Amino acid sequence: MDWVPLIITGIKVFFFTFVVILPLIAYSTYAERRVCAIMQDRVGPNRVGIPLTLLGFKKDLSFFGLLQPLADGLKGLFKQDLTPGHVRKSFYWMAPALTAIPAFITVCVIPFGSNVNLFGHDVKLVIADIGAGPLFVFAIASLSVYGITLAGWSSNSKYPFFGGVRSCAQMISYEISLGLSIIPVLMVFGKLNLTDIVTHQSEKGWLLLPLWNEHGSIFSGDYWAHCGPQWLLLLPLGISFIVFTTSIFAETNRMPFDLPECETELVGGYHTEYSSMKFALFFMGEYAAMIVGSAVIVTIFFGGWSLGFGLDSALLQTGEGAWKWFAGFIHLGVFLAKTIGFIIFFIWVRWTVPRLRYDQLMKLGWVVFFELALFNIFIAALIIAAPHIGPLLTLFVGVPILLALAAIMYFITKSVESKHKVNIT
Amino acid sequence: MAVIKLKRPKLSWYEHLYLPAIIKGLLITFKHAVISVFGKATGSKELASSGLGVTMQYPEQKWDEHLPEYYRGIPALVTDEQGRERCVSCQLCEFICPPKAITIAPGELKSDDEWAKVEKAPKAFDIDMIRCIYCGMCEEVCPEQAIFLRQDYAMTGTTRAEMVNDKDRLYQLGGVREGLINKWNEVK
Ligand code: SF4
Ligand code: SF4
Repeated sequence: MDWVPLIITGIKVFFFTFVVILPLIAYSTYAERRVCAIMQDRVGPNRVGIPLTLLGFKKDLSFFGLLQPLADGLKGLFKQDLTPGHVRKSFYWMAPALTAIPAFITVCVIPFGSNVNLFGHDVKLVIADIGAGPLFVFAIASLSVYGITLAGWSSNSKYPFFGGVRSCAQMISYEISLGLSIIPVLMVFGKLNLTDIVTHQSEKGWLLLPLWNEHGSIFSGDYWAHCGPQWLLLLPLGISFIVFTTSIFAETNRMPFDLPECETELVGGYHTEYSSMKFALFFMGEYAAMIVGSAVIVTIFFGGWSLGFGLDSALLQTGEGAWKWFAGFIHLGVFLAKTIGFIIFFIWVRWTVPRLRYDQLMKLGWVVFFELALFNIFIAALIIAAPHIGPLLTLFVGVPILLALAAIMYFITKSVESKHKVNIT
Repeated sequence: MAVIKLKRPKLSWYEHLYLPAIIKGLLITFKHAVISVFGKATGSKELASSGLGVTMQYPEQKWDEHLPEYYRGIPALVTDEQGRERCVSCQLCEFICPPKAITIAPGELKSDDEWAKVEKAPKAFDIDMIRCIYCGMCEEVCPEQAIFLRQDYAMTGTTRAEMVNDKDRLYQLGGVREGLINKWNEVK
């Protein structure tokens, strides 16, 4: 038996979870507090540092409060872990793990970078290079709904229960638009392996930034001769992106959709009865889901680890040896930079958009996004099929069918809506 | 009361899209972030901000020069121009103090004092600053104008005993207060 691949996988698992994701979680809580503070004209946590005054020095080193997550973690560990007497013990103990674990498992299909040469082995910077990337992420990530629902139910108290039920309904509703919105993307790529998807994008342009393709970038004439379909596809892909991103927001229970947690109505939410590290695990799960969500968005829509403009092939091919060895790490850095950018975007949205009412949330999920994602598939299909079936068929059969579909969907939604209209007089 | 019927405003298709409004909101928060990073947030001048947002970083920066004259800080006892204790230990402040922070042990003046048979003075006078709510009732009720709330606010201690101001400490805090007593002549 060959042990080396196993050991390498172990190293990768260790590296990506403990060196990349866990610190990212810690520092996204810090970033959340700092970013929201400056958006609200405040300062945020800027004090926790190395307490040199305890050792007799004149001044503390505060490092802008960068050690705050560490202090939070320690506080979580040292707090009393209270299990109320009226809870269902086994489920109560399982629930925090059930929210955190799926979020961590999904990390394994994310391609963090291209290949790296380790001990003479060409190592792909992805833990499990499987052919069902996005589907695997959806399948596992949706398991975390069990954690939240169980937390709400096992707490045996009505407010957490409401939180759990809300979260359950919300996640199930948005899973549909999440799955549907990604179909146009998969039609464009024609494959499901996330590594292949990134390689495809590095050669043919990021999905939402088609500034280059295999014929060159915007600076060369060849590109303009071949870029037509790429720009046309931006319409369905843009819709996909909006629906997908919003659904990820809903899936991770982030701000405009954070109804499962609610101080004003539900005391706290599904985690009202939890304390100390169990409570912290819910938070870690939430932030891990957010990080994986932004990683997936970056991978699918913004070219993952690729630098773009054909630079990747140059990075990967020019030099034998040293240069290529670096390429993997450069790609890792690019990927992390993009992901962090998206995390900041998540935080930015959280502190901007007011939350939705519950009926608005459901309406947005079922009436708007579901239809939009479904219709979007047909738009993408028509655009992709157009070159094959010729302009005549496209214009006189494809477009009318599309319009008819749009009209049907519009009337269905309208009729559903008017039936439930409450008369406020 | 008249019932006013409000109609929900009709949204145009542009407002129905919802996305432009979100982008506008994002720009607003972004503007705020940029402004507050550069220390230009609205009101940062007046609030003497530390340069990030409008927040003043407390132990390093203090608000002292902005404290209004009527600011109610630590209560303290005062002596008059001749160095006599103004307090006559009438215990009115002790009775009015809402959280019962004041404890007074009334006593007499020394027999060689010129006013020995006229006035009294406290033997002990403790104000427990853990209990005090800085309400100013003691100052208001005192007939001799012997107790005043000062502008100091930073009173800290590591034990409960440290947080009790005894008579010496109260006089040390209060110092001398000139001017006649209200009873006969309003301080203006
Ligand atoms: S401080 Fe004033 S109110 Fe209190 S005991 Fe002395 S004289 Fe009376
Ligand atoms: S300020 Fe109010 S609470 Fe404090 S000692 Fe005076 S009366 Fe008591």
